[in-house]
Amino acid sequence: MAVYEHLYGAYEGESHSALSRFLVIPRYALREVFKSKLLVTIFILCFIYPLVAMILVYLHHNANALALLQINVRELLPIDASFFLTFVQVQCAFAFILTVLVAPPLISRDLSNNALPLYLCRPLSRAEYVLGKMAVIVFLLSSVTWIPGLLIFFFQASLAGFAWLSANLWMIWAIFSGCMVWIILLSLLALAVSSFLKWRVVASGALLGLFFVPSAFGEIVNNLFLTRNGHLISLWATMNSIWRGLFGLFVRQTGQIRGKITNPIYDEQFFNVALLEPPLWVSWLFIALICALCVWLLSRKVRAYEVIK
Amino acid sequence: MTNVIELEQLSVTFGRRPILKSLNGALGGRAIGLLGPNGAGKTSLIHTLLGFHPPTSGTARIFGQDITTDAKQVRATVGYMPERDSFIAKTSCVHFVRLMAELSGIPASHALERAHEALFFVGLGEARYRPVDSYSLGMKQLAKLAQAIVHGPKLIILDEPTNGLDPPTRSRMISLIRQIRDGGRARILLSSHLLRDVEECCDEILVLKDGQIAANCNLEEERKANRKFIELETRGGDRAAFVEAIGGLGCEYALSGERRIKLIMQETVEISDLYHLALEHSVQIRRLNFKRDSLEDIFLKAMENGNAGEGMNVSVNNGNQIKNGNGRANDGGL
Repeated sequence: MAVYEHLYGAYEGESHSALSRFLVIPRYALREVFKSKLLVTIFILCFIYPLVAMILVYLHHNANALALLQINVRELLPIDASFFLTFVQVQCAFAFILTVLVAPPLISRDLSNNALPLYLCRPLSRAEYVLGKMAVIVFLLSSVTWIPGLLIFFFQASLAGFAWLSANLWMIWAIFSGCMVWIILLSLLALAVSSFLKWRVVASGALLGLFFVPSAFGEIVNNLFLTRNGHLISLWATMNSIWRGLFGLFVRQTGQIRGKITNPIYDEQFFNVALLEPPLWVSWLFIALICALCVWLLSRKVRAYEVIK
Repeated sequence: MTNVIELEQLSVTFGRRPILKSLNGALGGRAIGLLGPNGAGKTSLIHTLLGFHPPTSGTARIFGQDITTDAKQVRATVGYMPERDSFIAKTSCVHFVRLMAELSGIPASHALERAHEALFFVGLGEARYRPVDSYSLGMKQLAKLAQAIVHGPKLIILDEPTNGLDPPTRSRMISLIRQIRDGGRARILLSSHLLRDVEECCDEILVLKDGQIAANCNLEEERKANRKFIELETRGGDRAAFVEAIGGLGCEYALSGERRIKLIMQETVEISDLYHLALEHSVQIRRLNFKRDSLEDIFLKAMENGNAGEGMNVSVNNGNQIKNGNGRANDGGL
C-alpha cells in the first residue's frame, strides 16, 4: 500500500517479537508524559538528592576538598546502611509524587475513550496490557530510585575499595529490592485506582488519600490505644519497616510509655508499656495482600467490554 | 473457497443468560454480512471471535485457528473496527494509527509508513496530524477503519461501520469496503442492521436471531442462480386449490397476504401453465411480476422463521424457501 496509490495492501514484512510487544505501550506513553513541563521539572528535582549524596561520598574520600571547605570528615554523614536507607526513603517519596502525576490517566483515559478493545483485539493479552502500563511507572520510578542508588553505591565502592564493597555487597539487594517493592506497590495501586476512576483529578486525589488517610487514622489508633499496630494500615509506615528490615536497621520496640493507675486500695501503681512495631513478616504480608488485591481489581476492570450481568 | 470462520457448537452465556446458542456453520465469502435485530448476538459473536468473551461451550476457528487455544495468532490476522467511538486521547491520528500498527507486530521503522498509507487510503491524509478527539463522527469512523487495516490483516471485522454517517461519508465508507473486498487481500466480516450496506458489500450473509443462526445464505450464488421468482396478485376463485395445483407442478410457493403468491418456477413449467391453472380454478391473475429475492426478503423470512427455540439452523441457499420443521412451506415467507 503506497501513499500515492491509495490502495489497500497486506503487510508482508517482518514482525517484532511477541514477547517485547507490551513495551510499545511505555515507549509511547513516556513520550506523552515528558510533554508536561511540570513533570519534567519535578523529574529534574528528583535528582537533587542523589547529586547531594554523590557529593557527600566524594567529599568523604577527598581530603583536599575537605581541607578547602574546612570540614572535618567526622562532621559528614557516614556512608553506611543508614545513609542508603535515608537515600531510599527520600527518593521513594519523590517517586510517590511522580506516580501521583503520571499514573492516574494511564488506564482511565483508555477506559473513557473505549480504547481497550483496540488494544485487546491485537495480539496483546490483558496481562500484557497491564504490564505495559505498569512499565511506564516502573521505568520512570526506577530512574529516580534504585538506579541512582546503585550508582552512588558503586561510586562509593570505587572510592572506598574492595574491602568496603565485599563488606557491604548485601546492600545492593537492599537498595534494589527496597525500591522495587515500593515501585510495584505504587504502580499496582495507581493502576487499580486509574481503572476505577475516569477523572484524572479524582484519581490523583484518591491515590493521595490512600496513602495519607490510613496513615493519619493509624496514628490516631496508636495514640489512643498506646500501640504501634496502627502502622499496619499505613502504607508509608509499613514500607518504612520493610526498608529498615532490608537494611538491617529494623527495631521492634520504638518507644516506651510510663503510665500510672490510681487505685483506691493500693494507692498509685506505675506500669511500663513497650511500643512494639508489628513484626516484619506482617508488614511483608500486608504489602503482598495489597498487591494481590490490586491485581484482582485490575483483572476485573481491564476488559475489552464490561459485561453487566 | 477456504473457510474464513467455522463455528462449532459455539455457545456464550453471560451470567445465566444465554447469548449465543450452539452456533454451527462455515462462512467462506469474501465479504460476510452479519445481520440481525438488536440483541440478536451480532456484536457478541464478534467479541467472542476476538476472544473478548470466552465461549461457554463449543468453539470457533478463524482461518483454521482456534479462537480459544490460538487466540493471539487469531488476533494477529484480524483487524477490528469497533462500533463505538474508540481512540487514544490526546494523540494525533497518525500517532494513534502508528501505535496500533506497532501493537499488531509491525516494527517501528515500518509502522509510521503504514500509518500514513492507511490514512491516505481512507481519505484522512490531509487531517492525519490533527488529534483524533477533534475529528467529526465521520472522520472518527474512517480513523477506526485505518487502525483496523494498518497491519494488513487477513480478516477485517467491521461492526456497524456506517453508523451515524451522512450520505457522502457513508458512500465513501461503502466504496472503501468494496475496494478492500475486490482487492482480494482480505476477507471482511461486516456487522450491520442496515440491509442496504450489507447488500452492497457482501456476498454471504449470516442472520442471527435470539442468539441462533436464522439464515446463512450465499448472496452471490443467489444472484447467479438461474431461478425464476414470480410474484402473482390474484382475485376471486378458489385460491387454496390454485396454490395446491401450483405445488402440484413442482413449484415452491409462499402466500403473501390475501392476494399475493410468490413462487419459484421449475424449468419444465411455463407461464401459460399458470394461466391454465388459474382458469381451471376461476382465479383472476391481476398482476404477474418476475421478482428476485432481495436481501430484505431473506432477512424478513429469517426473522419470521428463525426457529430460535428449536435450535434449528435454516438455510435459504436452495430454493429461497424457508421450511418449517415438517417441511411445509411457510405462509408469507418469501
